[in-house]
Amino acid sequence: MQPDSSVSCAPGLMAAPSVAGSTLLTAQVHAKLSERLFVAAVWLAAALVAASFLWIVADIAFHGFAKLSWSFLTEAPRSSGRKGGISTILVSTLLILAVTVAVAVPLGVGVAVWLSEFSRRSSRTARVINIALDVLAGIPSIVFGLFGNAFFCVFLGLGFSIVSGGLTLACMALPILIRATESGLSAVPHDWRQGAAALGLSKAAALWHVLLPAAAPAITAGLLLGIGRAVAETAALVFTSGYVDRMPESLMDSGRSLAVHIYDLSMNVSGGDQAAYASALVLIGLLIVINAVAIQLSNRFMKSRIQPA
Amino acid sequence: MQPVQPLQSVTSAHTDRSLQLTLFIVSLVTASVLGLIVLFIFRETLPALSGPGMLRFVTDESWHPLENQFGMLPMLWGTLASTALAIFLATPLGIGAALFCRYFAPRPIVRPFRALITLLAGISSVVFGFWGLTVLVPLIARFEPPGASLLAASLILTIMILPTVALMSEAAINSVPESYSGGAAALGLSKGATIRQVILPAAKSGIFAAVILATARALGETMAVLMVSGNVVQTPGSLFDPIRTLTANIALEMAYATQFHRSTLFVSGLVLTFVIAALAIAAHRVEHRAGSHHAA
Repeated sequence: MQPDSSVSCAPGLMAAPSVAGSTLLTAQVHAKLSERLFVAAVWLAAALVAASFLWIVADIAFHGFAKLSWSFLTEAPRSSGRKGGISTILVSTLLILAVTVAVAVPLGVGVAVWLSEFSRRSSRTARVINIALDVLAGIPSIVFGLFGNAFFCVFLGLGFSIVSGGLTLACMALPILIRATESGLSAVPHDWRQGAAALGLSKAAALWHVLLPAAAPAITAGLLLGIGRAVAETAALVFTSGYVDRMPESLMDSGRSLAVHIYDLSMNVSGGDQAAYASALVLIGLLIVINAVAIQLSNRFMKSRIQPA
Repeated sequence: MQPVQPLQSVTSAHTDRSLQLTLFIVSLVTASVLGLIVLFIFRETLPALSGPGMLRFVTDESWHPLENQFGMLPMLWGTLASTALAIFLATPLGIGAALFCRYFAPRPIVRPFRALITLLAGISSVVFGFWGLTVLVPLIARFEPPGASLLAASLILTIMILPTVALMSEAAINSVPESYSGGAAALGLSKGATIRQVILPAAKSGIFAAVILATARALGETMAVLMVSGNVVQTPGSLFDPIRTLTANIALEMAYATQFHRSTLFVSGLVLTFVIAALAIAAHRVEHRAGSHHAA
């Protein structure tokens, strides 16, 4: 057998004392070096990702806590938000979210139930709806803003209002909610459906008493992720729910959300940085809590994934 | 034993059928939101797209809507340059983070690290923008004023699309059959060589889908980019030049645009929608092909 240099990459083989010995040694050194470099590169990438996240959160927390206080949360903004607090902003944000949830939940759960319980994956309608949802999930928020402005504000005559903003966000949150509900329903074992059918339960009763309760944690997790996306949103709201920072008197009033408030303070109000930091801290805090609960819920759901006994 | 009441089963079959019909209609209505979006944006673009004005987006020198100049090319270059640079940076970082999670992280770090990436995905774009404006832009300005620049926009975009690349790449890596790495180990390949020569090639399609979706996200990002890019309409000549992207342009001018000008903003929105829809469908296809590949 000829000494073949291709075996030289196998570690632990002793080389025969020959001319091949030195090339084998360099090959081993090379392999070891590139292995080290690769591992170092992976660690570096991970460190950079973690560092950028921590830098952002620490910077906002450090500056934000200096300004944040109970009165900041409970007072109305004065002089374009430089003074006072964010009470009216928080109320507007909550109202916009309430509209979003009220519209998105029934629609989203309905679509998910139809897709997973009443349609066949391969049917043409189901395929078209699935593709539409995927595309909808990818559409940039500024385009939702354009649409919301043209459709809800102008065409339906709702004007710059909390309703317009909430409806626009509902369109954005729907795909997230539908996908989460679907995955929750598909995790329910098939035996349960057959068991319900064997007991003479109608499909509606089986859904209400068996399938939806079993999928509840996944639905909640999806709902929280959707709410998180809605709370974080700015571009879709600027031209739908507007800029007004007064206390909204009805859902037809314009209301400024927390994210829009941060945008306005940092771009259009000189000397608004302190208030912007504190508002950003409130927003980040909300988002981290909402998303952490959602992750926790879906993790636990996946782990205790209802097993057939 | 009593047989099931026939009356009851008739009514329950009836409720089932009406439930099915209701849910079907709900599904159609929801899916038609996409159609509605395209329809209404298209409707608003008509003033700009009908008539001879159509070519002006490419033939006009630059973007001065008040002086009747509607050239969009500089902003298109701004969008493409910032997205390309962000993808160039985020792809290796995201894949690295995914590999770290799967193969290199000490056990107690894995879950916190993954949670950190997921939380990073949930942070508001306006918060990224604000951080960029108060930390990153002054930092860049110290070396090369004015600071608000293509570089700042790309770096912020990189941080924003990282979680997409990392989480989807990790899912792709996890779906590589266990036997692949077992086979590689039996051949005496080192961990690094296994990853580079076996795992990554096998997960290629999934990672590619991740990069496509991240591209779509970067193209569509608005507020964060608007806050750090300086918003000067010009074709970027260097990393430190201020730029304006198509999305930022919409957000900046919608407030006061009327008639033809307003209509041109919807044109850029429509173009973005089509490009991003195409990317989303492409990612879908690539991912599905990957799925059938492993099954075979």
